[in-house]
Amino acid sequence: MKNNKAEIYWKKNLRYLTILLSIWFLVSFGFGILLADQLNEIQFFGFKLGFWFAQQGSIYTFVILIFVYIFLMNRLDKFYRSKK
Amino acid sequence: MSLQIWIWIIVGLTFALYIGIAIWSKAGSTNEFYIAGKGVNPIANGMATAADWMSAASFISMAGIISFIGYDGSVYLMGWTGGYVLLALLLAPYLRKFGKFTVPDFIGDRYYSNVARTVAVFCALIVSFTYIAGQMRGVGIVFSRYLEVDINSGVFIGMGIVLFYAILGGMKGITYTQVAQYCVLIFAFMVPAIFISIQMTGNPIPQLGFGSESTDGVYLLDKLNGLHQELGFSEYTSGSKSTLDVFLITAALMIGTAGLPHVIVRFFTVKKVSDARKSAGWALLFIAILYTTAPAIAVFARTNLIETVSEKDYSTMPYWFKKWEETGLLKYDDKNNDNIIQYLGDEQLNELTIDKDIMVLANPEIAQLPNWVIALLAAGAIAAALSTAAGLLLVISSSISHDLIKRIINPEISDKGELIAARVSAFFAVMLAGYFGINPPDFVAATVALAFGLAAASFFPAIVLGIFYKKMNKEGAISGMLIGILSMLFYMTKFKFGWFGGGSSEDWWFGISPEGFGTIAMLINLIVSITVANFTASPPEKIIKLVENIRLPSDDEEL
Repeated sequence: MKNNKAEIYWKKNLRYLTILLSIWFLVSFGFGILLADQLNEIQFFGFKLGFWFAQQGSIYTFVILIFVYIFLMNRLDKFYRSKK
Repeated sequence: MSLQIWIWIIVGLTFALYIGIAIWSKAGSTNEFYIAGKGVNPIANGMATAADWMSAASFISMAGIISFIGYDGSVYLMGWTGGYVLLALLLAPYLRKFGKFTVPDFIGDRYYSNVARTVAVFCALIVSFTYIAGQMRGVGIVFSRYLEVDINSGVFIGMGIVLFYAILGGMKGITYTQVAQYCVLIFAFMVPAIFISIQMTGNPIPQLGFGSESTDGVYLLDKLNGLHQELGFSEYTSGSKSTLDVFLITAALMIGTAGLPHVIVRFFTVKKVSDARKSAGWALLFIAILYTTAPAIAVFARTNLIETVSEKDYSTMPYWFKKWEETGLLKYDDKNNDNIIQYLGDEQLNELTIDKDIMVLANPEIAQLPNWVIALLAAGAIAAALSTAAGLLLVISSSISHDLIKRIINPEISDKGELIAARVSAFFAVMLAGYFGINPPDFVAATVALAFGLAAASFFPAIVLGIFYKKMNKEGAISGMLIGILSMLFYMTKFKFGWFGGGSSEDWWFGISPEGFGTIAMLINLIVSITVANFTASPPEKIIKLVENIRLPSDDEEL
């Protein structure tokens, strides 16, 4: 029973990592670098969008990603400890 | 009150604070000396990490660099923040669960080998020394600029202060002084930024301000792009570096951040695994406050500067212009003898050279802020330099007293003996760092940025594979770390110092700069590690159990 739970715990953890790191990659390397020229055609308040992602948006997203991760993992820890 | 008096008062008060904290948090055991007794609150640890992380260069130079290179400066902004996502998700919680003192501890135990441990110590020392030499120089420069002493005396004062609180308090003393230093430096950074944002755009939040309309109703960035076009500079919001290089440099800085021993070790100091995650989040939040403000300052300062000087008569220049001219950070050369300042993108016609550091240092003066704000800025810059130097110092001393003496040379040493060894090695590390601060080798400036490449090429794959790949064995990790750091050293010495035949930027492989090569060296490490591991014996059962154990939350955590 315990081993089974450990396995589920690890699998879920890996799934969270994949999703969160894909977003991490998308906002920085994607929007901020590879697609920056295309996104710069779009005006976002006083910013060109690609430039905004490279110097502001990606950083805000990083902070949010870590706090989402904290929330998800705390929930997962609780699941792991329940009914042990 | 005069500026100099303000500076002495504010800097003096902050020093008294740091020393007071050091006396209050004196370390009594190696546990306290290396990892602050694992009792640090995650928010406090987040602040300490942020101060540890942000050096004099982040505080003084970064906004200035961005101000001159515009979009290309994004590599630093994303690179030095995105690494915390990797840290939080891939390293910090597992290393905390593992629960020892240092990074070589993990490498040595996970790869059941003192060879691996020694390689890790060697990498940690290379990375930390290249980094700290630049910091001590920074301390000296900041002191000399503000306290009107020469650079060498500045280095001595800095050494004295760091020595006192690092040796007395160890990690515990360093952590709590860093909390205070973070508060000083962020306050000092934000106050002028907010004032200038209000002056230029009417918006008190700099992050929004630089995307707003300036007082004449045009978006500030559009105006700056227009000015750049007029004067022949490349457009501010687009880059001139190749996309491939921007990509690789950003990646190298991110991965390097996650592999820097003085950052990783901070996550050993909290009480439990969930706190390690939390403090990574807080650390990034605290860092992001400065890192999202810096590009705003860059735009304000750039626009302000161009509007103040471009095509204006030299005799009408404000007081600060003359003052910074005296320091040599601002140079005016009237090439066509018309007494009017031509600030142009064309090297031949341009008459004004501006040092990047001015953008932050002169900002309060350009915006005509009161003297106490300038004094605050001085205290902030000093706090930034001291906190980073202290953090690195601790890694160096623990590498020697713990990883080398306790784990390899003399395992029988008592806790008291080890604590003495730690303090003695901290003492010698300060002396050595001070020596480099006074006699800076030419390569220091060039290698600080490369310390990231070295960390990325050596530690990051070894640690991540150690956690996420059970079959990873000592043969794979050792060969990966060695080949990774050697290929990085090769590329860096070849193109930075002209060894192995040298070469200019045209000879870079596929146009990859040495800074960006860290990513390639990291990939080489990764491939070598996995290949070798697949052709050699699996790690022992005991190690597989260890890996399984660090992947799970601890059982006693909620108690």
